[in-house]
Amino acid sequence: MTAVQAPLALEAIGVTKRFGSITANEDVDLQVEAGTVHALLGENGAGKSTLVNILFGLYHADEGEIRVAGKPVRMDSPRDAIAHRIGMVHQHFQLVPVLTVAENVVLGQEPTRGLGVLDLDAAAAEVTRLAERYGLDVDPRAVLEDLPVGTQQRVEILRSLYRQADVLILDEPTAVLTPQETDQLLGVLRGLAAEGVAVVFITHKLREVLAIADRVTVMRHGRVVGSTDPAETDEAGLAEMMVGRSVVLRVPKSAARPGDPVLSIDGLCVQDDRGRPAVDDLDLEVRSGEIFGIAGVEGNGQRELVEAITGLRDVLDGSIRVNGTELAGHRPREISELGVAHVPEDREKHGLIAAHSIADNLVLNRYHRPPFARRGVRQPAAIDDEARHLVERFDIRTASIDAPARSLSGGNKQKVIAAREFSHGAPLLVAAQPTRGIDVGSIEFVHRQLIEQRDRGVGVLLVSAELDEILSLSDRIGVIYRGRLVIVADAADLDRAHIGRLMLSGSDQPA
Amino acid sequence: MTTLAGRLVRYRWWLVVIIGITAFTLFTGDFRLDPTTAILAATLRHSTPLVLGAMCGILSERSGVVNIGIEGQMLMSAFAGFMVASGSQSLLMGVAAGITVGALMGAALAGLSVTLKGDQIIAGTVLNIAAIGLTSFFFTQGRSLPGKTPIIRLGPLADLPVIGKVFFINPPITYVSLLLVVALWYALFRTTWGLHTRAVGEHPSAAETVGISVVRMRYLNLILGGAIAGLAGAYLSLEAVGSFERGMTNGKGFVALAVMIFGRWNPVGAWGAALLFGYTNAIQTQFQFRGWFTDHPQFVGMLPFIVTIIVLAGFVGRARPPASLGQPYDRE
Repeated sequence: MTAVQAPLALEAIGVTKRFGSITANEDVDLQVEAGTVHALLGENGAGKSTLVNILFGLYHADEGEIRVAGKPVRMDSPRDAIAHRIGMVHQHFQLVPVLTVAENVVLGQEPTRGLGVLDLDAAAAEVTRLAERYGLDVDPRAVLEDLPVGTQQRVEILRSLYRQADVLILDEPTAVLTPQETDQLLGVLRGLAAEGVAVVFITHKLREVLAIADRVTVMRHGRVVGSTDPAETDEAGLAEMMVGRSVVLRVPKSAARPGDPVLSIDGLCVQDDRGRPAVDDLDLEVRSGEIFGIAGVEGNGQRELVEAITGLRDVLDGSIRVNGTELAGHRPREISELGVAHVPEDREKHGLIAAHSIADNLVLNRYHRPPFARRGVRQPAAIDDEARHLVERFDIRTASIDAPARSLSGGNKQKVIAAREFSHGAPLLVAAQPTRGIDVGSIEFVHRQLIEQRDRGVGVLLVSAELDEILSLSDRIGVIYRGRLVIVADAADLDRAHIGRLMLSGSDQPA
Repeated sequence: MTTLAGRLVRYRWWLVVIIGITAFTLFTGDFRLDPTTAILAATLRHSTPLVLGAMCGILSERSGVVNIGIEGQMLMSAFAGFMVASGSQSLLMGVAAGITVGALMGAALAGLSVTLKGDQIIAGTVLNIAAIGLTSFFFTQGRSLPGKTPIIRLGPLADLPVIGKVFFINPPITYVSLLLVVALWYALFRTTWGLHTRAVGEHPSAAETVGISVVRMRYLNLILGGAIAGLAGAYLSLEAVGSFERGMTNGKGFVALAVMIFGRWNPVGAWGAALLFGYTNAIQTQFQFRGWFTDHPQFVGMLPFIVTIIVLAGFVGRARPPASLGQPYDRE
């Protein structure tokens, strides 16, 4: 450190934001120095996104002050934030899929030939110049929606750099990336900091914080619980700050004792929504008493595979057998009754009926059968009994089983689905992204449940974009690439980097 | 496949359609120059209100607002244009009134769907019902115009064979509509305004985060679109018919929506689509001249609507509308 105090690029003082009766941010302070990477760490719902949305002018703070380069500023809209040279890379990319890279980068501040006539050649040249300077390789004339997610993210970064951002805020930038893309991004962020940019980096992944942050601020329940130098702490310490108690980061599990195959898939072919092949001649076997994890970059056929197994998508060719019974051509309810439990990827859309009560959701796969219905008439007493029992057993935090499912937090919604799907003795469990977007405490719970199911002899097919989850839970791992499993091996025989390479290119050669 | 043969294979169905239509046109025109030219001129005439209506739809929908109120905007403007022109005995005043009323209708749609965030289908339906009610209630018989908008010959161009008669001997709103097709295409795909409009229709929050006001862009486009629909209304009462009749739009606003979709939300594409629909109208007249199907004229009259159904059933699946179409935008 030099003797001169580095100026604070961005500062939040006593920021409070309420949504109705919920306080999302309470008296939050944040201090970001120029030329540093500042990690903002916290669980989902801790208020990180609210804070950065305030800093970027998308929300208005009810109380508190924001200072840019030491001066108090008003942030009424993103326009103000951009004017103060703050750029943001959003969790859900704020890019227009049908436009080109160059159009997306210059959108809102386009070079013109006068009279509002676009100069797209100048735009492309500028994008190329920026891309070379900061090492963000991208073709300015490519149409955005044709590009992989990691490249789209670079376009968002380029857009901020085009606006000469001094502060770059990234909201969960690594959530959508493969390990290799994550490493590249972290390298880019270090490079930006070296150029003097203040980088604010939101995450709930401790490893990333320790890898690149110069400073970390931890949030919990809308408040800042502390700010520290990552060099002075470790994963366990950060996790405890984040959750408020010590957490088991890796659920302990004994060795698997696999039995006979529960699920056998042979030569499966499935199309995506646009009629293109998504699952292509895929073979797969899940045995009872094991967790089979499927790793892969999203969009390589995972969703279509899960939908085909659960009957939500037509099977074009091949066979899917559960304990010898062919599933292809059966309806979802028949498949559920044949013993396939399903934790769907999109719990809001496919896992729950948000407007219906928690009790109804807990019996959604059995409501039409005795004891929950007799001769087509519902039996509320039986439903309520079962619901109360499950709420207690699965620790679902709710005031009432009659409350609509939408009133639950993400973690508790997932517990409702788990309770429903895990409690009726299905021999096969298909879990797609089971911990996406839920808090660390609920993640721990879901992981314990998956292992408990396995130990009872259930065959578990786990599909997840979180490589850490795959690595810590799976007994065997398959990597899916363009609709095929490019490798199937015991979890012990695969390491992170190897899987990452396979996810990215489908082969062992470095990409 | 960029070779000529490759292109021929790729566009073979279009070739079949074009050859078929050409042969059919020559046949109905009795292989003589004058009737064939007449069919083509009538095609352009009938396509004018459709392409104007479709451009209103393109402006609205490219910015993300469904506009099924084009019919109402056209009817109201046809009425306003007629009333003002007959009152002031000035066609120019009438056209101006039509455009103004159309723009106001566009502003009303924006108020309902952008500011109040109402359902856009219902907002458009409100315009349609209001237009039918108001024009029927206030319309009084016995008013007359000082004539129709005059036909302008564009100098030596008008003397060209066939093309001259079709394109260069026309009344003013027809010329304006042709210019608008080109101007709007350029504006939409080559200017910052067009880029902003498309961004707002595809991904409004992305536009907002780079400082483009979604509300402002949608108001601007709906008002501009309304003005163009107003021009279509003025065309009907002041240029095509020379009078006002109750319900004189007769579904043209809805056919314009089909034209917009068939033209893939592109002004030039919409012009081509409008010509196809105009053509189905034009040959009806020719059928009457030739005395074909005179026992059952209603079947010939159904032709534009049958084409609409075929086009919508066959092409809607392939056309991709703006991604945020129909969704009110809310910042927080």
